[in-house]
Amino acid sequence: MSKLITRRSVMAAGAAGVVGSLTTLPISMVRLAFAGEREDFSFTYISDAHIQQIKGASFVRNWDMGLKRAVAEANLIKPESDFVMFGGDLAQLGKREEIDHGAEILSHLTPKLRCVMGEHDYYLDLGEYWSKLYGDHWYSFDHKGVHFVVLNSIIVNDDWTHHRWPTPEQRMLEMADLDNPNGSPFMVGEKQRAWLREDLSKIAHDTPLVVFSHSPLQKIYKGWNFWTDDAEEVQSLLQPFRSVNVIYGHVHQIQYNQIGNISFNSVMATAWPWPYPQSYAQAESQLPVLTVPMNRGDPFFERDATGWQLIDLHSGRVTARFQLWDNDLRTVAFDPAKGAPVDIAYQEPSRRRPPQSHY
Amino acid sequence: MRLSLAAAFLLALSLQALAPAQADEFTKADIDRWRSEFQKVVAEGRSLWTSDTLGTNGVACVQCHPNAANTHPETYPKFQKQLGKVAQLWEMVNWCLRNPLQGQPLGADDPRMTAILSYVAFERRGVTVAPGTH
Repeated sequence: MSKLITRRSVMAAGAAGVVGSLTTLPISMVRLAFAGEREDFSFTYISDAHIQQIKGASFVRNWDMGLKRAVAEANLIKPESDFVMFGGDLAQLGKREEIDHGAEILSHLTPKLRCVMGEHDYYLDLGEYWSKLYGDHWYSFDHKGVHFVVLNSIIVNDDWTHHRWPTPEQRMLEMADLDNPNGSPFMVGEKQRAWLREDLSKIAHDTPLVVFSHSPLQKIYKGWNFWTDDAEEVQSLLQPFRSVNVIYGHVHQIQYNQIGNISFNSVMATAWPWPYPQSYAQAESQLPVLTVPMNRGDPFFERDATGWQLIDLHSGRVTARFQLWDNDLRTVAFDPAKGAPVDIAYQEPSRRRPPQSHY
Repeated sequence: MRLSLAAAFLLALSLQALAPAQADEFTKADIDRWRSEFQKVVAEGRSLWTSDTLGTNGVACVQCHPNAANTHPETYPKFQKQLGKVAQLWEMVNWCLRNPLQGQPLGADDPRMTAILSYVAFERRGVTVAPGTH
């Protein structure tokens, strides 16, 4: 907590010791890109709380504490964030008790909250109860000249969803284990892509675009659903826009990438970290080469390799400031010269630390 | 008695010189059986790995360790800074059972511990053994 008092100190900590820091973009560039009614702003991103009921009124303490800590810290940011996104997987097994308990914790947030659907919120009742609390499964909104889109990217084929499992509880359990070979690849799906095409048809191509999804809208590792099956189709709808940012949860680790005009940033979980897929020795995976890994998680420290994010949007591009509880802070920012996101401290291989490569 | 023992010993020695020792003989059927016995234990290990009843709070090993990743069986025994000593993997498994799973530790030779360690090692097969590293 001592590291995190105000937004200014957060920014200073992120920039500390970095030569030619990207956090201090030339002011003229900011003014140029946000000429007129646009302005620089920040929002908070909290994700993957996995609130888990033991029985009755008892819940797994570890996961509760991660979410509570993120909410408490997010409320301390000054100036206040414009809004908060919750990136999905509020619950572990989609139970009403878990969603209610998580929603109660999230209800303490001061700024306006919007939510993304995760598979752990969905596969018990297909998002019905979640929807009563948080509304549509996919939607868009505009804020200070930026167009935001929220997708439900964890849909799978109808046969798996409706005909494969004897009970909704069984369906949820099959989807809950990340590495379960009985799972099914995520997708956005044709219906939602048609909605997205229509939604974007009203938006000028020089409008900065931010898309929130639970799964990566790119293909990294199918075995753990670090994957969206129709990623290319979704990307092709986004490519005409000059500045596109996709922010996703699900992976519980730092990832970033650039594909054409689209910058990708993942966010951390508040619950627990996941290893990078290349640490599973029996399968091929494609972590974006740009990504400098987060430190290898150490289970001795409950909050190691977990945290939340403060996202700055300037020049229509994302700067993700990872608020990490048991690790040095990390900042991934769009570098206009490279045309891609970079870690402002660790991008050069010579600057990396052993826990970022010991997987 | 003494004589007959000595004779038997000599006889055994001479037989050994003539043919490979019986103990080193095994057939394809043996290999298949050993492999299937091992795979049975690996499957038990996988089932414990995904079980919500191994601990007391419903948390399963697989939640943090899909495919047993980030367990690094190839690096044990190694110095575990939090324990302040060189430790074996089963000691770390027990740490996880006590803490994230809020459960009871298993004996080092408990068949469930053997199953867990077999599953972890099998998922990491092919990786070079590197004891004492991180």
